[in-house]
Amino acid sequence: MLIIDCPWCGPREQTEFSYGGEAHIARPADPEALTDEQWGDYLFMRKNPRGPHLEQWMHTYGCRRWFNVERDTVTYRIARVYKPGESAPEGL
Amino acid sequence: MTAFRLNAPARIDTRKPLTFTFNGKRYVGQAGDTLASALLANGVSVVARSWKYHRPRGFIASGVEEPNAIVQLETGAHTVPNARATEVELYEGLTATSVNCWPSVDHDFMAITGIFARLMPAGFYYKTFMWPKSLWMKYEHYIRKASGLGTSPSQPDPDRYDKMNAHCDVLVVGGGPAGLAAALAAGRSGARVIVVDQQNEFGGSLLQVRPAARNSNSKAACTIDGAGPMKWVQKSLAELVTMPEVRLLPRSTVFGYHDQNFLTINQRRCEHLRPDDRIGTRERVWRVRAKQVVLATGAMERPIVFCNNDRPGVMLASSVSAYTNRYAVRLGARAVIFTNNDSAYQTALDLAEAGIAVAAIVDPRSVPGGSLPMQARSTGITIIDNAVVVNVHGTKRVSAVDVMALDAGGNNVTGPVKTIACDLVALSGGWSPAVHLHAQSGGRPRFDEARLCFVPADSVQVERSAGACNGAFQLQACITEGHASGSEAARLAGFVPPQAMTSPAVAVTSEEPPRALWIVPSTQPSNRGPKQFVDLQNDVTASDIVLAAREGYRSIEHVKRYTALGFGTEQGKLGNINGMAILAGTLGHDIASIGTTTFRPNYTPVTFGAIAGRDLGDMFEPIRTTALHQWHEEHGACFENVGQWKRPSYYPRPGETMHDAVNRECLATRTGVGIMDASTLGKIDIQGPDSATFLNWVYTNAWSKLAVGRSRYGLMLDENGMAMDDGVTTRLAEHHYLMTTTTGGAARVMAWLERWLQTEWPYLRVYLTSVTDHWATCAVVGPNSRKVVQATCTDIDFSPEAFPFMASREGTVAGVTARVVRISFSGELAFEINVSANDARHVWEALMRAGEPYGITPYGTEAMHILRAEKGFIIVGQDTDGSVTPNDLGMQWIVAKGKDFIGRRSLTRFDMMREGRKQLVGLLTEDPAMVLPEGGQIVERVDAALPIPMLGHVTSSYFSANLNRSIALALVKDGSRRAGETVEIPLATGKVIRAVISTTVFIDPDEAKQNV
Repeated sequence: MLIIDCPWCGPREQTEFSYGGEAHIARPADPEALTDEQWGDYLFMRKNPRGPHLEQWMHTYGCRRWFNVERDTVTYRIARVYKPGESAPEGL
Repeated sequence: MTAFRLNAPARIDTRKPLTFTFNGKRYVGQAGDTLASALLANGVSVVARSWKYHRPRGFIASGVEEPNAIVQLETGAHTVPNARATEVELYEGLTATSVNCWPSVDHDFMAITGIFARLMPAGFYYKTFMWPKSLWMKYEHYIRKASGLGTSPSQPDPDRYDKMNAHCDVLVVGGGPAGLAAALAAGRSGARVIVVDQQNEFGGSLLQVRPAARNSNSKAACTIDGAGPMKWVQKSLAELVTMPEVRLLPRSTVFGYHDQNFLTINQRRCEHLRPDDRIGTRERVWRVRAKQVVLATGAMERPIVFCNNDRPGVMLASSVSAYTNRYAVRLGARAVIFTNNDSAYQTALDLAEAGIAVAAIVDPRSVPGGSLPMQARSTGITIIDNAVVVNVHGTKRVSAVDVMALDAGGNNVTGPVKTIACDLVALSGGWSPAVHLHAQSGGRPRFDEARLCFVPADSVQVERSAGACNGAFQLQACITEGHASGSEAARLAGFVPPQAMTSPAVAVTSEEPPRALWIVPSTQPSNRGPKQFVDLQNDVTASDIVLAAREGYRSIEHVKRYTALGFGTEQGKLGNINGMAILAGTLGHDIASIGTTTFRPNYTPVTFGAIAGRDLGDMFEPIRTTALHQWHEEHGACFENVGQWKRPSYYPRPGETMHDAVNRECLATRTGVGIMDASTLGKIDIQGPDSATFLNWVYTNAWSKLAVGRSRYGLMLDENGMAMDDGVTTRLAEHHYLMTTTTGGAARVMAWLERWLQTEWPYLRVYLTSVTDHWATCAVVGPNSRKVVQATCTDIDFSPEAFPFMASREGTVAGVTARVVRISFSGELAFEINVSANDARHVWEALMRAGEPYGITPYGTEAMHILRAEKGFIIVGQDTDGSVTPNDLGMQWIVAKGKDFIGRRSLTRFDMMREGRKQLVGLLTEDPAMVLPEGGQIVERVDAALPIPMLGHVTSSYFSANLNRSIALALVKDGSRRAGETVEIPLATGKVIRAVISTTVFIDPDEAKQNV
């Protein structure tokens, strides 16, 4: 079980959090201008990397706020947490 | 004292006899015995039948690795299936039975399977029992019966279990020499230390060392600081118990090593007591977050694979020493030691010391010259070098062994067979460090060619191994490594360990390396000669592994699953390394490239009771009740679970069936007035200047023009365009809305809204508060509802002109501040009265009094479902399943054209527009009395050619008392074009129901009833 460092509350047990999938997927500004395939990419296509992964978590049983986590999908090690709106780490 | 008990100092208390029963027979053991040592001390050597061949089996080990002696402990509610007799501490009155024999271990009818053994090779399940398919259930029944599993208790467990969360600086796993040394080093620094050991006493391997000299002529087996090693253990414990930050957990097993140094411990708190004497919780699961971990889990001795190596009397050498020294058991009269390394020579010395004849030590090495072999030689024990045991004689007990020479290459046995009579074989194939926890922590154990074992490699988490589990088998090294790793762990956890730890003086013995020997070469092919067992618990033989390799299996993980190697409680403790070596040999690879199978939790079995803890029954999940719950109970409501909520399902009167009650409630509501507790609907208070913009995003319809004091129904889609929730939202003020959600969807919708607000539109000034529990909602429904609510309220005008449909008013109901909304989930004139939950009962009772002249009838969720289905109103999650769009529901009217909203773009994707999607329709059965089963599959004709195309399924189905016939809603392929068609719904009974596709609105299509 992971310890996740909520950027607002500090380190807490994983059981307090909910997972939200890949981070930095912005909703297209003009969906109607997209082809079915482009819209499908937004809806369904995710990176699923082996290694560092930027993902969203919510402190469900705490402050109920969403934030971003850089977590390694092999070792589960969390490299950093950062607030929504902050930019993705370089190179990821 | 029996003939099987040595008269020698040991760790049992001979003044405390304990009677116990095994397989119906009474025996006497001593305090300090395990069930295993007590049985052996009574001369019981056959305790089980093997699971596949039903061969007689005895004890091979003395600890958690014991594969054979699996027993059913106690009876009735206290019974424990699959306990290892070697781990069971004896107590007065203990009762146990063997699990895999019938009618008894001595006469097992299933032993006949042994005769057909050649017909049951590896994978025999897959090959034999898969055809014909229809018989699998029958085969499975008999295989289960024959499979050597215990019986789970059939009565509720009377014991209590609990869980404990803990943090520590240093967790030391193992209380042997390395673990105690580590605990001392860490403890002296002031760190918070938890020391866990699976045995009843600390000391680990030192518990089974011969306690000093038995007579003046003999030397003690080993000493620490010149005294018996248990003196050092006692001194260490005495110091540890004075440290306030050190917690000792005996009888506790670390069974899992999880992410970020989260470890789970199973503490057995009173298993060692008679059931009647057990006070408090029986087992406790500790959930420990440790800053640093020291693994000092020791090593397990490995057997060697040879013909008939499973015969009772063939035991691990270290276990022979344990039974002899710790429990004073006389295991036999004449022993043969078979070892490829020095450690088993100690067993020879222990046996000789105990007065048991040692016929020979058989060693594949040439002239072993380490300290212990030299000592054995000087004691006059015969050592047969360059030799191996090739076969065992005897069935229920060893009677002799065959010994042959092993050639220099180790591939052939040569020369004459020498048969040596004996009734005990002490076996050692070397030592396997218990690397399970290191592997569970993410480490990848590597094979050490010199020490012939897997040892821990690089740490992935903050852990380190010390002592035998690190491949350091000498006592001196165990203590030194323990001190060092305990100090290091404490330092890294932020403490200052004592300057210098002086390790106690331990005599250093010289040791020669072991000779690699996993399986003794046989003069016959492995599938022809006597069986050579690799995994005794699962009856996996060398020939099974050779067969698996011949059939193309290459990965050890696949071979494991094909042969069952390392299944059950065994989990690879004794058999795996030999199995890997045999596979490596067959494939011509080295062991390192074969690798190990994955070490998964649990290290030893953990009971379901311990895992469940207190999370049972009423404590399993929170129960939510409304503010009116007590009133419902007092009025005889039957409840149903809706998510975590208890909702009244219906209110039966004396003598009424459920059907009677529901029909009465439905009729009363449509013809007079009904009242329902709608408090469980999710309620989200939405405030802020951008609230309308936000509602426009999350609902398909337009919200900008909703006036203050008006309400609107909204349908919420996910981004895939699928219906996910619905409800009515009321505009309370300029920047203030109250959204209602479905009962089951409340938490999900709240999280959904929060997510979009926080991650996609953080600039929207919108603030959400869940107020579900703050407001109670009384729905007053039916033609007389206006009269009822008007009678309880003086400051709201309920006339149709002043209070139109979908309007909301604030006022005072029964003297209490209330929000009244005129909405309807039944098609009737209806008002929902929202008041503070604290006032709910007062208001409800006032409404009941006001409704009395009109026969006001409380109704539950059953009637609610029928009333809404009569009107074709959907329930999201019942009539939808996450694959249903507004179009599919016939709700195009609610999809706004001129704005974007979540899910909108998906509605014009190709798949949403195609023919053949399922649409919501009504179904009217030809027989009006027949109520379709919900979930029933719909076809055009049941006699169509196979495979019959499935058109869809029934989503809601009821008997409507108002229509005096059944009605149903269904999702049907191209349903919107099928009105009037007849379809068929086959039932599991073989009966076929015919129904006509209709509109979804069965009552009052013109909505005359609610517009009054």
